[in-house]
Amino acid sequence: MSKDLRITNNKFIDQTTRISFKFDGKTLYGFKGDTLASALLANNIHLVGRSFKYHRPRGIMACGSEEPNAIVQVGSDASMTEPNTRVTEIELYEGLEATSQNCWPSVNFDIGAINNFFSPLIPAAFYYKTFMWPANFWKLYEYFIRKSAGLGKSPTKPDKDIYDHRYLHCDVLVVGGGISGIMAAKTAAKNNLNTVLIDDKINLGGTTLFQQNECFKINNTYSNEWLKKEIESLNSLKNLTIKTRTSLAAYHSYNYLLARENLTDHLDINEKKDKVRQRLWKIRAKKVIISTGAMERPLIFNNNDRPGIMLSSSIKKYIDYYGVKCGQKISLFTNNDSAYETAISLNNSGVNVNSVIDIRDKTNSIIVKQAEELGIKIHWKSSIVNTNGYKKINSIEIMKLTDDGAAVVGEKIKEQCDCLGISGGWTPRVHLFTQSGGKLKFRDEDNVFLPDKSELDQISIGSCNGDFELDDVIKNSVTLTNKFLNVDNNDYENLEIISSKETTKKNIWLLPSDKLLSKAKQFLDFQNDSTANDIKLALREGFKSIEHVKRYTTTGMATDQGKLSNMHALGIIAETAGVKMGELGTTTFRPPYTPLTFGAIVGRNVGEFFDITRKTPIHDWHVENKAEFENVGQWKRAWYYPKKNESMHDAVQRESKAARDSAGMLDASTLGKIDIQGTDASEFLNRVYTNAWSKLEIGKCRYGLMLNEDGMVYDDGVTTRLGENHYIMTTTTGGAANVLSKLEDYLQTEWPELDVYLTSVTDQFATISICGPNSKKILTKVIPDLDLSDKEFPHMSFKNASINNIKCRVMRISFTGEHSYEINIQSSFGKSVWEKCFEAGKEFNITPYGTETMHLLRAEKGFIITGQDTDGTMTPVDLQMDWIISKKKYDFIGKRSLYRSDTIRDDRKQLVGLITEDPKEVLEEGAQIVSEINKKPVEMLGHVTSSYFSPNLNKSIALAVVKNGKNLKGHKMFVPMKNKTINVTITDSVFLDKDNKRLNA
Amino acid sequence: MFLINCPYCGERDQSEFTAGGEAHIVRPKQPTELSDDQWAEFLFMRKNIKGIQFERWSHAHGCRKWFNMVRDTSNDKIHAVYKMGEKPPIK
Repeated sequence: MSKDLRITNNKFIDQTTRISFKFDGKTLYGFKGDTLASALLANNIHLVGRSFKYHRPRGIMACGSEEPNAIVQVGSDASMTEPNTRVTEIELYEGLEATSQNCWPSVNFDIGAINNFFSPLIPAAFYYKTFMWPANFWKLYEYFIRKSAGLGKSPTKPDKDIYDHRYLHCDVLVVGGGISGIMAAKTAAKNNLNTVLIDDKINLGGTTLFQQNECFKINNTYSNEWLKKEIESLNSLKNLTIKTRTSLAAYHSYNYLLARENLTDHLDINEKKDKVRQRLWKIRAKKVIISTGAMERPLIFNNNDRPGIMLSSSIKKYIDYYGVKCGQKISLFTNNDSAYETAISLNNSGVNVNSVIDIRDKTNSIIVKQAEELGIKIHWKSSIVNTNGYKKINSIEIMKLTDDGAAVVGEKIKEQCDCLGISGGWTPRVHLFTQSGGKLKFRDEDNVFLPDKSELDQISIGSCNGDFELDDVIKNSVTLTNKFLNVDNNDYENLEIISSKETTKKNIWLLPSDKLLSKAKQFLDFQNDSTANDIKLALREGFKSIEHVKRYTTTGMATDQGKLSNMHALGIIAETAGVKMGELGTTTFRPPYTPLTFGAIVGRNVGEFFDITRKTPIHDWHVENKAEFENVGQWKRAWYYPKKNESMHDAVQRESKAARDSAGMLDASTLGKIDIQGTDASEFLNRVYTNAWSKLEIGKCRYGLMLNEDGMVYDDGVTTRLGENHYIMTTTTGGAANVLSKLEDYLQTEWPELDVYLTSVTDQFATISICGPNSKKILTKVIPDLDLSDKEFPHMSFKNASINNIKCRVMRISFTGEHSYEINIQSSFGKSVWEKCFEAGKEFNITPYGTETMHLLRAEKGFIITGQDTDGTMTPVDLQMDWIISKKKYDFIGKRSLYRSDTIRDDRKQLVGLITEDPKEVLEEGAQIVSEINKKPVEMLGHVTSSYFSPNLNKSIALAVVKNGKNLKGHKMFVPMKNKTINVTITDSVFLDKDNKRLNA
Repeated sequence: MFLINCPYCGERDQSEFTAGGEAHIVRPKQPTELSDDQWAEFLFMRKNIKGIQFERWSHAHGCRKWFNMVRDTSNDKIHAVYKMGEKPPIK
């Protein structure tokens, strides 16, 4: 730490607690309360990064979230490192490690800087223009360009930190704890409104916190002292919650806001462990008061980007708040009065102010007079035409401006300096206001966009509303707040305010230089390296819309979202195009206001909490029996049960064979189950399924196909009539929730006259399916008192039964084509009944099978799976399931669509079977089907939807959809693959047991 | 994120609701008597207005009830919510 750059009498920084940190591998020291920026500056380090395109040396420019240059990589741990972090927002902590970005091999010697010398050859959109051709090569170019650009590195391992989400509801949310925000929050809380005040800084107070100047007084005390008492008085307010280190990220409609609270980022590295790092607050506020202040604008002149060139107000904060001198010989360049506040602060702290260069003719506001009285030299009506110094500024060149400000004249004065403060006026932070949908208006007098109309219950007060003088800020904030909250707070009525008034205003967006425009480097967007020249080039090339110019030049598109550059870009466009700025509009400000970590966005929803995992009541048994699982929606389903060293193929072949040869069992609990009751239940089913339901007897089951109104197959399943007015419907596993909501939709909105009630009972029942020629014998052992004779209990029927006095429903239905039963029992008994069935089946070699075998078995029978063999473009006719469409019913969902001109086309794709010439060759699902192999381009006739090797038929089988397939049976087709062409024949889609003998075997 | 006043439950967060497209499109009572064009009008044609739009919403993660909403799509202002079968309170 350079001792001569610190002043000792400082109220905000604890100079007794020294903190060590590393920057680019070098150990440095700062104090408790420093930011990384203030600590670096105190170590006389300005150069912290390189610019994006030209790799020019860049230094710390600001002191807050608007910082464009000084972004670093924090931390070196592969799971915790964070790129693109602004040094101005990193609180110093013991163990902090930061490194420069966008430079190689080091920030002091960067190979990419050679771009700077070629900069005339790298105009706006250079990369797009140059690497456009040949188009295929972009992939190659991009690799090298990205490598040399390299803005920070992503962590390579999962983040170890903990993040949190919380909801917050309040009457009034005040965003920004500067003087106006503090007053507003106090007013609200005192009037019994539940109030929350948030600020992104360590402490409240904004810039007034360190404004100790004769020109700014309230009730005869310095404004900072007055404010300090106000802040202290907040502690006694019961209705007020204050959150500091909390940055408002997004302001959405209906006063829904997101704020990120930093909880451990400032703690020493060994204190961070096991604590929540950041918390994302989801805030719903009845009323919102925005008091986010303003940020200082830079000035746009030749070589305005050298390290050591900083915003004037930031230099003031570094000296007044952090006690850090940004230089020993500081010059200031301004178009307004605020640079004089900096000059006076520096002077009072013993820093030599070379001069103030002011583009205005002369002004006589009291703050300027005060500066003059202190002996500070002022160059009136002058501009800086150039700066010198590669890694840090060492001198400036000053010339007189002409009367119209369009050119510079006279003698060039060279002034030595080690730091230059620039001030181009103030930009209200209207970002949140516009995020919320608010419309802006333009104030010509000082070139600012201000909040205008909003649909939400909100106001902007203070300098974000365009009040820049202390007395205006206070008076207008009080009036606006009282009116907005409908209260009559007179705490601030008779304040005696002294405030310097700015009397002369002048603005030149692009300052003239003695060089030709094309030779000058006037940076607008420091982070993306866009210059005034780039903007002008874009306009010459015909870009007119501000949004297009922005994208073409990338101005305002870096991680700082152009906080400092947007206004000047607009100004230069307006000037060049000869239009008024108000008419040009602005680009859109989008959330987040400052970048959020992914951690804060996802909160606790990581790993196993990322999504809900649904497990069947029998899940533990599958785990114990070494099942492999597959995800079906949120469900974990047993996929197959490999025995020792068995591959998936082997396991599935074994399971499939066992199910047909003797017995198999499947956990079918995931199938959707909807309980349907009401006097109109039969009529309701008639309307939602394609087939007829009125005549289904009690105790019988029926397969149903459900369509969308467009005639396409939506879902299918077996529905059982339990009683006169009582049905239980099963749906596909994945479709359960959607089917229920679709049915509810029709009931509530189209057919409210129907007396029908729907209840999802998926989770209430465990479903065990036992199939195979021995299934009857096994079920007899499990439920001895149930008559399983074909006469008493035929296929597609249902019986109430009980196992160990636990009631259950048994259906004789089959998805495999085998003689098969389904036991539905209360979930909590699912596992024990499953075990009982398994035990009973042991003598028959009962084999548990998973979803893969289930798919294979049903494919052998040509049974469809909606979502696999259908894709939302298949009608029942396309599936060759005409038999399921009732001819008698007047209407059902989707009926009319079945004879639209498009659905009755002959050449629609239809479901068929495919047999490969080589019975061992298994097709790939999704593979395309063509009728010719030597033609290019060849028409794609369809694709394979399901494909397996059938152990029961000892050959490969597949289902496919093929154009006009139903008329092509016996035709040879081709399935072209990467290295070969497979010959196939179109067949019927039922491969096994065509006359359904096995159902009653 | 909207704050939606469910006609059955009161004000709730938008995340509890699902949108169901344009409201007041009545399913034809006799679809079989419609021409292809007439049926297509019901099946496919939706207005997608910039401005005041009548929409169907469902309190999917709440009471599961469907209801109607009048919303200005240009600024997301919800002007009214009303039950299914009721006439819109605003024209």
